[in-house]
Amino acid sequence: METLLVIVIALLAVAALTQAVRIFEISSQIKDSDSDVKVDDRDNNTQGWLMLLFLIFFFGAFAWMLWEYMELTLPQSASEHGKDVDNLWNISMGVIILAFLVTQPLLFGFAFRFRGNKNRKATYMEHNNKLELFWTGIPAVVLAGLILYGLTTWSNVMNPDNEQEPMVVEIYAKQFGWQARYAGGDNELGYANVRLVEGVNTLGVDANDEASANDIVTGELHLPKGRPVLFKFRSQDVIHSAYMPHFRMQMNCVPGTQTQFQITPSLTTAEMRQDPEIVAKVARVNELREARGEDPWEFDYVLLCNKICGSAHYNMQMKVVVQTEEEFDKWMKEQQTFAEMMAD
Amino acid sequence: MEAHAHHKETFITKYVFSTDHKMIAKQFLITGMIMGIIGVGMSLLFRLQLAWPDKEWPILEALLGKWGTDGIMDPNIYLALVTIHGTIMVFFVLTAGLSGTFSNLLIPLQIGARDMASGFINMLSYWFFFASSVVMVISLFVENGPASAGWTVYPPLSALPQAVPGSGMGMTLWLVSMSLFIVSSLLGALNYIVTVLNLRTKGMSMTRLPLTIWAFFVTAILGVLSFPVLFSAALLLIFDRSFGTSFYLSDILVAGELLSNQGGSPILYQHLFWFLGHPEVYIILLPALGISSEVISTNSRKPIFGYRAMVGSIMAIAFLSFIVWGHHMFVTGMNPFLGSVFTFTTLLIAIPSAVKAFNYITTLWKGNLQFTPGMMFSIGLVSTFITGGLTGLILGDSALDINVHDTYFVVAHFHIVMGLSAIFGLFAGVYHWFPKLFGRRMNKNLGFIHFWVTFIAAYGVFFPMHFLGMAGLPRRYYTNTAFPMFDDLADINVLVSYFAIIGGIAQVIFIYNFFYSALRGKKSEQNPWRSNTLEWTTPVEHIHGNWPGEIPEVHRWPYDYSKPGAEEDFVPQTVPMTEEEMASGH
Repeated sequence: METLLVIVIALLAVAALTQAVRIFEISSQIKDSDSDVKVDDRDNNTQGWLMLLFLIFFFGAFAWMLWEYMELTLPQSASEHGKDVDNLWNISMGVIILAFLVTQPLLFGFAFRFRGNKNRKATYMEHNNKLELFWTGIPAVVLAGLILYGLTTWSNVMNPDNEQEPMVVEIYAKQFGWQARYAGGDNELGYANVRLVEGVNTLGVDANDEASANDIVTGELHLPKGRPVLFKFRSQDVIHSAYMPHFRMQMNCVPGTQTQFQITPSLTTAEMRQDPEIVAKVARVNELREARGEDPWEFDYVLLCNKICGSAHYNMQMKVVVQTEEEFDKWMKEQQTFAEMMAD
Repeated sequence: MEAHAHHKETFITKYVFSTDHKMIAKQFLITGMIMGIIGVGMSLLFRLQLAWPDKEWPILEALLGKWGTDGIMDPNIYLALVTIHGTIMVFFVLTAGLSGTFSNLLIPLQIGARDMASGFINMLSYWFFFASSVVMVISLFVENGPASAGWTVYPPLSALPQAVPGSGMGMTLWLVSMSLFIVSSLLGALNYIVTVLNLRTKGMSMTRLPLTIWAFFVTAILGVLSFPVLFSAALLLIFDRSFGTSFYLSDILVAGELLSNQGGSPILYQHLFWFLGHPEVYIILLPALGISSEVISTNSRKPIFGYRAMVGSIMAIAFLSFIVWGHHMFVTGMNPFLGSVFTFTTLLIAIPSAVKAFNYITTLWKGNLQFTPGMMFSIGLVSTFITGGLTGLILGDSALDINVHDTYFVVAHFHIVMGLSAIFGLFAGVYHWFPKLFGRRMNKNLGFIHFWVTFIAAYGVFFPMHFLGMAGLPRRYYTNTAFPMFDDLADINVLVSYFAIIGGIAQVIFIYNFFYSALRGKKSEQNPWRSNTLEWTTPVEHIHGNWPGEIPEVHRWPYDYSKPGAEEDFVPQTVPMTEEEMASGH
């Protein structure tokens, strides 16, 4: 029924359009010969005013979007390095919003102010080296600041200082799911290769490698709060991307090679659930879900695939749980080691 | 009269296998428009899916057949639609449709040449493009669907039919089509470069070239230097797919099958692809900027502000575009130091871009603005160039890119800065040079309506996407319903789709205006915009060789609008300098 309605509306719209077009045609025949092709002062006036109106509408819409949509964006970072990234983000955003708010009014304002008419004569100006220098210099100085700050942040994110040895965790990707492998007590991952994948050994871990015995393979990613975690990424088929938006972390998983990224979780799942933005989000989402008759949702961190990887790309996810050290150790003890798994 | 005025033309040599640059320009334009309709139409289909994932659309079943059973879109065809949409818009519409049309039309006319250096190679360039388009369209109809690994077709996904059905015959045709396209593009670009360097009329020094020609010239150089690299990337991919090599493949277990490939790197493909891919962005954008420079200056009745700075910034952007490709690959695991280098070079592009933006704005200042539809679209271009360019400062910064890479923030950024700016440049060019293309005028009121609806709808589609990206929503998701955390973004997706549909329908106005005016529009006068450049000294009716008599001599730069002392508010390039002007040097 609704589809029918949409089709009817579309047809009516097309009909209205053709009628409007015909009116233009007929009216142009009545008016003098050039009036429907030649831009005159009346057009300049109308279009100039529309430029000004558009500017007001544009900025109004921008303000409305900030008001309505900012609350939908990601909450505070759940990782240590994410705080630096967010600072850099806020400063860069400040700069670009300022530039946006200055340049758009200049553009549309000038378009309005200097809309053409017969009595106006344009001023002949070829160039002005001082002005050119000014607007080459200002962006250059601002950019120098942004580049320095950006590179420092990048360097801190990619080469963090480690006071304690990071816990090594492998993230393993395949169409269309994730698994995690913990290095266990020796904090060393056993050798693994796609050629060794067989039966329950879905990650192709080499059982002959001593380091693999205490490895632990899981379908959920649990992380202790406050301990650095060094992720090692592998993929067995196509490129996937491990994206954990709440932690400001993303890294491709590339078949045939290994990539890595280190984070330090700073908020447990329980703590994040108390975050006012998350509380509001859960309330919003559950209102929608209730209206559709779906079960209520409880917030969890998530690892999702962010590189096109095939038909179920949109649903390639793994639950991420950040716990206190004690909770994490307890959970870890409940898991089967690789050696135990192979013995079963 | 020149001898070739008597040259007999048949229908075939005039309209089909034409070597006349003006006819070839029209062929590029019409083919580009047809491809544009397909590309935009596809985007409307996947916008239906994204906004209303559960709804059954009979139109989907009608158009997609087995991939739209019961009006529900199949996930694989969704991926195919986004892939082909990207491919068509980037290469077929905004590269060939834009550059092919206006480089062909304007280079000989604005530099004062009778035709391209080689009319035959120019004809070949179009026919390779045509063949490429045909192959791409045919690939839509193969059994397992067209290529669906994204327009960047990263292997291994694009190399393995087991990974996604579109990587079968569809992908093979995609590669064939792109190879033909690259040949077309190289033939065209070489011709443009040679023509600009060798066939300028007397007095047309490089510093007297209109900015359009500068933009086309630099674009052609970019194309010649970067497209061969894409060709090599495609060639190696063809080898991996069909001949069992392992350039991009290593250690792969897909759909339960262990492949024997070893030692290759999928990242190698990305380096090769983006070595073209980033310059490609400017191959698309620079011609649009060139067009808008010309249109804004003419319709401001003022010289373009800072001509030399504009030329310099085109060159700076072109140079930098070759050393920034890595910013597409920050999260591939590349050496962090390399990431730093690419961040540095990428953010530098903001400087010449800012210079261009300010020069456009200053050109408007104290002008006498004539709001022709071409002018409106050019102003729209400057607006989107600024809005979209600014978010580049976020994405070019490796530390920030981590968290919005491959999200809708990126989709918003590149559609605004490259897609919209270039398509507005294309529209500006069509409205402005329509009298030169067809000897007739387009209806201005339809042009105004077309502009405002398109402009507002375009911002309506892409501006809200920034917020989707900041919410962590990945691009290329068939539906966002698999994650409850994205549930409250559904309203934005509906809004975006409404604007997309409105914007799509608005193009009907343009298409109607285009074809109606081409056939039955008002006859144009010789110089309808009172412009300075040489193309308006040619007769309205197209003739072979462009000028019936001698090619005019050029005495000045093209931007003497509202020059003090001149009677009219424009002084064409063919008018000799007065003694006063000679004394002052310009």
